[in-house]
Formats: sequence, C-alpha cells, structure tokens
Amino acid sequence: METSEVNATLTAPAPAEPLRLDRDIDMLRFATAGSVDDGKSTLVGRLLHDSKSVLSDTLEAVERASRDRGADGVELALLTDGLRAEREQGITIDVAYRYFTTTRRKFVLADTPGHVQYTRNMVTGASTAELVVILVDARKGVVEQTRRHLAVAALLGVRHLVLAVNKMDLVGFDESTFTAIAAEFASAAEVLGVTDHMVIPVSAQLGDNVVDASTSMPWYDGPTLLDHLEAVPVGIDAWMQPARLPIQLVVRAADYRGYAGQLASGVIERGDVVVVMPAGVTTTIVGIDTFDGEVALAHAPQSVTVRLADDIDVGRGDLIVHPRQEPRVVREFNATICQLSDRPMQAGDRVTIKHTTKVLKAIVDSVNYRLDIETLGHEGADSLALNEIGNVTLRVAGPLAVDDYIDDRLTGSFLLIDEHDGQTLAAGLVGDAIRVKPGGERP
Amino acid sequence: MNSVDKSRPGGYADTVPTAGELGPALHLPHLEVLESEGIHIIREVVAEFERPVLLFSGGKDSVVMLHLARKAFWPAPVPFPLMHVDTGHNFPEVMAYRDEVVQRFGLRLVVASVQEYIDNGKLRERSDGTRNPLQTVPLLDGIVSNKFDAVFGGGRRDEEKARAKERIFSLRDEFGQWDPRRQRPELWNLYNGRHRPGEHVRVFPLSNWTELDVWQYIERESIDLPSIYLSHERDVFKRDGMWLTAGEWGGPRETEAIERRVVRYRTVGDMSCTGAVESTAADVADVIAEIAVSTITERGATRADDKLSEAAMEDRKREGYF
Repeated sequence: METSEVNATLTAPAPAEPLRLDRDIDMLRFATAGSVDDGKSTLVGRLLHDSKSVLSDTLEAVERASRDRGADGVELALLTDGLRAEREQGITIDVAYRYFTTTRRKFVLADTPGHVQYTRNMVTGASTAELVVILVDARKGVVEQTRRHLAVAALLGVRHLVLAVNKMDLVGFDESTFTAIAAEFASAAEVLGVTDHMVIPVSAQLGDNVVDASTSMPWYDGPTLLDHLEAVPVGIDAWMQPARLPIQLVVRAADYRGYAGQLASGVIERGDVVVVMPAGVTTTIVGIDTFDGEVALAHAPQSVTVRLADDIDVGRGDLIVHPRQEPRVVREFNATICQLSDRPMQAGDRVTIKHTTKVLKAIVDSVNYRLDIETLGHEGADSLALNEIGNVTLRVAGPLAVDDYIDDRLTGSFLLIDEHDGQTLAAGLVGDAIRVKPGGERP
Repeated sequence: MNSVDKSRPGGYADTVPTAGELGPALHLPHLEVLESEGIHIIREVVAEFERPVLLFSGGKDSVVMLHLARKAFWPAPVPFPLMHVDTGHNFPEVMAYRDEVVQRFGLRLVVASVQEYIDNGKLRERSDGTRNPLQTVPLLDGIVSNKFDAVFGGGRRDEEKARAKERIFSLRDEFGQWDPRRQRPELWNLYNGRHRPGEHVRVFPLSNWTELDVWQYIERESIDLPSIYLSHERDVFKRDGMWLTAGEWGGPRETEAIERRVVRYRTVGDMSCTGAVESTAADVADVIAEIAVSTITERGATRADDKLSEAAMEDRKREGYF
C-alpha cells in the first residue's frame, strides 16, 4: 500500500449517472499486478472512484480513516484495503475482489498484491482473468518484477495484457520515456507469444487516462484504461474451442435421468453424436434441459443437464466431448505446477489430484525442472518450494482425460491436494504451459 | 443461426464459425454468467459433501440462492434443507413468506432460535436490544447438532470490505472461526472442500454478484420477495440516522418519536437494527432504478451493527458469523 500517496483534491463523487439498466451487458474478469510502490492500490482506487463505483458512505469511512492516520486528504489506496490486520501492518496479504459496472460492462477485478513472494496470489487472480493490467513506475520502467508478472500472465493463458505506465506526472509527462518503456514491454510480451497488449500512460494520483483522458499528454491518442477495459472482446475463447462438458452429478427424477454440468468450452447441440471420456463410449445427446425449458444448443459457460440416447455408465468425473476432438487419456503426464503451499513438492509425494470434476490419487514421479520466471530458463531441481513454478511428471491412479492448458484452460488445469490435511498444495497446468517463441530471446 | 459442423475431420480450428456467424445468441449476458457459476458451485457442493444446508432468512440473497438451487437440480427437488437463524425479532411479513416458500417447494426447514437460547439462559440479551451478534451461537450449534458439513450463505464480496477477500469455499474450524490466513487459494472453477471431522465449509454461490445484479436477476426471473422490500407505509422512528420499526423488541425509547413514513427495506434482518429507507419504489423495476443512482451502499444504509467499528464485520466473521 502506498501510504505516502495522498490525494488532496479528491471530493465526494457526484451522484452516479443512472446506469443503463440493460441486463444484456457482458462481464469481464481481469486482474491487476504491480510491484510495491507502483501505485496499484491508488490506480484501483482511482478506477473505482472515477467510474463512480464508490458509494458515499464508503468514501466517508475512508475519509475518516485517512484523517485518523493524519493524512491531509483521502488515501485512495484505503478504498481497497480489506482487513484490519493489513491496515495495521500496511500490507496487502491476499487477492481481493472488486466489482464495478459501467453502462457497457460488469467488471470483476482480482486485485493481487505485488510482493515477489506472492506469486501464488497472482497465479490465483490470473487463473480466471481474461485480461491483466500490469503496473510500472514511469521513473523505473520495466523491472524484473514486471517480467515476472508478464510471464505469470502468459503462463496462465491470459489473452489480453495492459501495461499501465504510472506516475507519468513524476516524469513530466514525457513522451520519450513512455515510448522507451512501451517498446521494451512489447518485445518482452512478443517473446512470450502475447500478441494482444496495450500500453497506456497514466497518473493514478491525478487521474490521467484512468477513466478520463489526460490533458497533459496530448501526444497520446490511444484509449484510457477504462475505455480499453470496455472494448476488449470477452468470452470468445471458451466457445471457439472444442466442446467439453465435465459431468458434476446425475439428476434423477421419476422417468428422468440427466447429466448435469457446466460447459468448460465449446458448443453442444441436441442430436450431437458425443463420446463419453475417458471410457470412450459413443452416444447421442437427445435433450439439453434447463429449469427454463429444453434448449436446442448450449455453449460455455452455461450450466445445463443433458439426456443421452443410450443407457450407459456415466457419472461425476466423466467428460462429454465430440468425436475426433477427444482429449488425451493419460495415466502419466507432464505438467507445469505453481507451488501454493509452504510445504515443498518433491518426487515420491503422494497427493490427490482434482481435475475438472474428477478426483484421483496421484504420485509425483519426478520434479523435472524449476522455471526461472525472469529468464524462462530451466534449472535443475529436486523440489519446488512455495511460489516456485516448475515441471513435474505425475502418475495418476486411473485414466484421466486431459487437454494441454494452452489449448483449454479448464480441462488443462488441476489442483494437487494434500491427502492428509486437505490443503491445496499446487496449481497445475497440463503440458508445457508456456511456449517461448521459436528463436525468441529475452531482451 | 448456423449449425456448427463439429464432426468434420481435420480438426476444429477451421470448422468453428466466427462470432459474427454464430450471432449474438452465444454472447452470454452477465446475469447468465453469474447464474451458471452459481449453479455450478451448488452442484459441486451436493456432489462432494454429505450434508449441505442453505441458510435462509427470507432476505433477497437467500431467496436468489434458493432459486439457483431449484434450477441446479430440476426436475429433481432441492436435495438439502434450509436453516433459519431466528432472532425472535422478525418482520411478520418475512416469517409468512418463509413458511409459504417451504410449503410451496416441499422443503425441510431447520430453525435455530435465539429466543430459545435467551430463555434457557445460554445467551443474555444485550443492553442495546440488538440480537444480530447473538445469532452466532445458535447458528454454530445448529450446524454441529445437524452434522451439516457445507453451509450455503448468501454473502457477496461487494457488501463489505472484509468480505472482498472471502473465498467461495470458506473453511471454518471446529469453533466455526474464519482465519483469513488459513483460507485456500481458489483457482479456475476448482474448489477444494476438504475438511476435518467437526469442521465445515461455508459456501457463497453469490460471491461475484453485486446488489444491482441480485435485483436485476430478481426482475428477470420474476422471483417473489417478502413485501417489505417494496414501498409501503409504516410506523417508524429515527435512531442513529436510520428508520427503525417499532415493536416488541424494545424500540422506541421515550425520546424517540414515532412517525408514519413511506419506506422500504433493502435488507432483511433483526428488527432492532435493520433500518428502512424512504422510498416510493413500488415494484422491482423502481428498486433497480433507485439502486442504480444510489450513493449509499446497502450495509451503510440499513445495518446499524456494521457501524459499530470499522472492523465490525471482520471481527464477527472470525467468530463464525455468516
């Protein structure tokens, strides 16, 4: 938290303009990442404040707290501080979720702290995000921490990246400073195969280019941060991919037997010939049911119940797919994992794997390497400690139908769980989740 | 809409039509994204836990949760009971609504009564007459005595700062306590509900909903609510800037004058500390219009107990509150 950043000009927001009461706005999930003192809390506070998402009693509470701390005005960062333990210690200890709605979109923001030891939080926040905003301080430019955030976002398959070059006011709104940082970021992103990235010069402190366009940087004619957040396409990937319907449970009623689940990706239609994995049994979807009636077609991320033509053995943990688009069925596979627990992962560890709706026992056969997230180099390793990312070989107690994470986020991801105390040990991505561009070198 | 030829050999990449070809039907509005997520969460709990229960106060969030549960298992009935933590200071309209819903959908209701605990001497009435903080003990006892291992709550992360870091699956120890540092990271849509005997997991299917989302969904689904959510005339008196309803719970004090006002409630809770707001919103559409321009958050407008201290909610959550 940037306690030194005090905004003396902040006033209570005018009553929000009436939102367009259209229920058909869409939803963007995004995450923020920044190093300590990049002004991330201030940026998020500014985004919430200027988009009129902060209601007056919240603002009053923050004003009161700011005064109690001896600040001159309102500390925007206090808008996003959650727990008293954090406020007392002046730290942010975990992912916090924020919500705001504009006339065009509902936003779910995973606000992740920037400390180097909190990789696990960024992995968590990025896992559900379609876009990540990475912050840098214009005075410092792209630092190792920026590369780390960029790599984690790329690793987690985040499609759209934004670099917010903050504190432009402290470099005199200088265009050449910005251009140099933008170029460095673009080449780093390109190496990681991230093609959709946007670099925006902002001052979270003064509000330039966060919600309202800056008047101090006439040389910049791109979108403000909020403009960009409102324009990025959402939800496209999920249904452009092959159909994947993990079965959660069987719904039984009089003369009724249906298989309930949420489509992880793709489109299914009534009449489709499908294969139930991992058994590989072929059948036909004869009905797609919802509480509101039968539908002819369903797509990700809808929750549905399907009826099948044949009386076959289908249950929780099975995956319904289309023929010729089957996932791999494996009993042993390589995966990239991020260690989330302070207990290290090593060869021989017995764990429980949770993959879609399937739970199996598994053994860590080997730890293959540790990923240096800054250089993307592979280092020899016997174990992976908290916040480390590396590659392991897993052996599972039964057949598992998996996709590579790079091809499907939900059928390519899994958790490793401690069989004894139940804690979540690691987040896993099937396959080499990051593919450095051939011939690419880190600048 | 074009049909998708998924069976054509040669991979899917060149057979899947563009967004334009598929048309707007595949563009999922935010309320449907939230609904699908909520249904997924509720189904995960039923698949993985032995004895789930849904906390049902008759408040709009618990009503929406129940609606999602009915959708999740249709055409089968909701496969778990409801539990109401009854403070004894209830709005009669809400009690009537609760009983009617239980009857209509053929549900089982478990009641944990604060009044019973006071009558038994297990709990003592507070000097301010407020019973919200007294709900924790009957709630935890109700969970333990019924061996509930998963407890659905209607909490939303947008409600209050301490909730912004709450997990969808929130582990509680044997004492019902919530330790922010012991919560498990939640990635993708994978939930880890493992717990030791005696522990339970609070599950919040509406975590990602805002107050506006809830109201828009109520409108879209034509969900019935207790009548106190809509504008009506009521005898009220002012305390700490809020309109409270006179009643057997103890209000008003001698210095507090009763007035007839046109009000509605934004939340449903213990009568002694749930305030009404002045409003002429006669239907759900009016309420939505009001919320969209409101400058006071839901809890600030109507919950006296959250104003006690800046960290009031954090403290109560640690102790095992909802």
